[in-house]
Amino acid sequence: MKLLEINNVVKQYSGHRALDGVSLNVPRGSVYGFLGPNGAGKTTLIRIINCITAPDSGEVLLNGKKLTLEDVRNIGYLPEERGLYKKMKVGEQALYLARLKGMSKADALKALKYWFEKFEIQGWWNKKVEELSKGMAQKVQFITTILHKPELLIFDEPFSGFDPVNADLLKREILELRNQGATIIFSTHNMASVEELCENISLVNKSKIVLQGNVAEIRATHASDTLQLRTATEFQLQNCDIISQNIENDVCETIVKKKDCGSNNEILQEVMSQTQVFSFVEQLPTMNDIFIRTVTK
Amino acid sequence: MSKIGIIIQREYRSRVMKKSFLLLTFLTPIFMAAMIILPMWIATMKDETVKNIIVVDRTNELKDVLKTNEQYTFEFVDESLEHVRDNQQQSKKSDNLTAILYVSDNLVENPNAVTIYSEKQINVELKGYIAQELNNYVRDKKLEALNIQDLKEKIEQAKSDVNISTIKWDSSGKETEGSAEMALIIGMAAAFLIYMFIMSYGSQVMSGVLQEKTSRIVEVIISSVKPFELMMGKIIGIALVGLTQFTIWIVFTLILSSIGTAFLGPDLSTAAMTETAHISQTAMTDADTADMVSKVYSMLSGFDFVKVLFLFLIYFLGGYLLYASLFAAIGSAVDNETDTQQFSMPITLPIIFAIFIALYAAQSPDSSLAFWGSMIPFTSPVVMMARIPYDVPTWQILLSIAILVGSFIASTWLAGKIYRTGILMYGKKVTWKELWKWVRVK
Repeated sequence: MKLLEINNVVKQYSGHRALDGVSLNVPRGSVYGFLGPNGAGKTTLIRIINCITAPDSGEVLLNGKKLTLEDVRNIGYLPEERGLYKKMKVGEQALYLARLKGMSKADALKALKYWFEKFEIQGWWNKKVEELSKGMAQKVQFITTILHKPELLIFDEPFSGFDPVNADLLKREILELRNQGATIIFSTHNMASVEELCENISLVNKSKIVLQGNVAEIRATHASDTLQLRTATEFQLQNCDIISQNIENDVCETIVKKKDCGSNNEILQEVMSQTQVFSFVEQLPTMNDIFIRTVTK
Repeated sequence: MSKIGIIIQREYRSRVMKKSFLLLTFLTPIFMAAMIILPMWIATMKDETVKNIIVVDRTNELKDVLKTNEQYTFEFVDESLEHVRDNQQQSKKSDNLTAILYVSDNLVENPNAVTIYSEKQINVELKGYIAQELNNYVRDKKLEALNIQDLKEKIEQAKSDVNISTIKWDSSGKETEGSAEMALIIGMAAAFLIYMFIMSYGSQVMSGVLQEKTSRIVEVIISSVKPFELMMGKIIGIALVGLTQFTIWIVFTLILSSIGTAFLGPDLSTAAMTETAHISQTAMTDADTADMVSKVYSMLSGFDFVKVLFLFLIYFLGGYLLYASLFAAIGSAVDNETDTQQFSMPITLPIIFAIFIALYAAQSPDSSLAFWGSMIPFTSPVVMMARIPYDVPTWQILLSIAILVGSFIASTWLAGKIYRTGILMYGKKVTWKELWKWVRVK
């Protein structure tokens, strides 16, 4: 079921077209990725969903109805350029933002206590934001974004500025939020996170969507037809090209180029007749490969 | 609590809890009080030491003129000036000696024939005293030379000291003692205070809005509240900060001045008055001084401070809301601090202009410039404050307030339109034409 539907959105800035006929559907309860090189139009699209800018043409539907400012109140939005009051204390600020979202003081305090403990940042409560590093401030802002449990969450480049440990923490939280029923849209350059998190993606390049769909399907269709086999000894194949074959520590690793040589089962049977098979993997391209290939094409 | 209430609370708290606010709020009245009390206090500290003056008088006529009193001793010697000086230096008695007064010639013919020698620079008071006495002597001598009988007495009789009391009467015939000087001072003080309040708090609104815009926090907040709520929350919050500061100042001033009067009392002001009188060399008796002090008190009490205070608050709020909303619109339209100048110029000009009209209005409060200045909403808060001590007709005050209220409602509406678009617009150099387009966007 579609939660968010974007139909043929066009946004023209003086001098260039930021979005050119962009359409996409975000299924409810999924994690959706906006990918694309810098300046492709990801942030513009996110800003349109948040009603910060209006599209020149096209429409944005939430639950099948035209998106209104009232709906935006129920979106949790983490902008790319993080904004917090620098002179304000962390706890006071988080509480302020939560209350603006309509939470009661008691609820907000309870939820903040939970998240501050979860992220192990209780000690920051009375610090001023200007005393925090970029990544630290981002953690605080992430909490303020999700605190009121919005149905739709939009993160613009959530991983930038995070160290690997905190990036991992963030990934886990995103998945957990999804499991609790939230729908999450995020834009990123971090392709590894796309494979781990996203069910669907849209790849935007030069204001247009150049690739769209389910991550697993995209990877399958972009498969380069290579197999990786780990066996006890070397083997031969009649119809296929063996690209490389090395033995190391009593394991033979072979890369096979699949080309008019029958199904995986037939290849496997042929190998099994010659040696003992430890593993047989069809190598799928990483999203990183697909991204670079699509964008530079 | 409503969202606008939460915003007001934040804007208020974040400013009032600042150290600079507390410092400014509490130190300013102390500083002001010190500025008033210190000179008075210093004036009460008279130089108690007796000053010894040796007089070398070639004319031999001044013995009766310069008489020893409790403050000065005059010792007349019949030696040459050089001799006296050498004597003094040798005997090292110069500790007791303040000065040597040397009169070389008849003062009636040669008024420049007086010199005072001293090791240390003598003070103004001593010089003034000697000059006064010698002047009186020379004048008497000249009058005598005219040879008119009883001239001195006649002149004494002809001396007059005209003192105009200004008394206002209202329709019921009730009289109150007024003072043009007092009205001028109070009017200008109120006008200037309102100018300062509007300017400083108005620009606080502008920088606050700009800060939210550049830090992009507004993108997050706008998703929770309406732009208009955010703008009004800031404007109202900062207005409350201004009112707080004003209230603290009033209370503090009252406390300080009552402490001042209780401790130093009328003594202090009398002393200060006498001192002023002395320096200006007008012979003033103690009775005169006391009279003047009581007059100042009666002038002050004849003044309707409650009315001035009340109107001050109304004009402060009205003027502030008018200007603050425009400042907010500018803050939302530009991208950085330097760009604000281009747009704030047309807004700060009328209020600076208002101060000049106020200066004029405080002197001729019923002129047509003063009248129109106190009707046009951009200048009326400042100009009307300068006129109010002169008892402006009530219909004028009411009309001026009504125009002001109408204007700030209009300007807030206008600012809201600009703010709504401007606050989310980046990287675009804004022009006046563009702003007008935003206003017309539905």
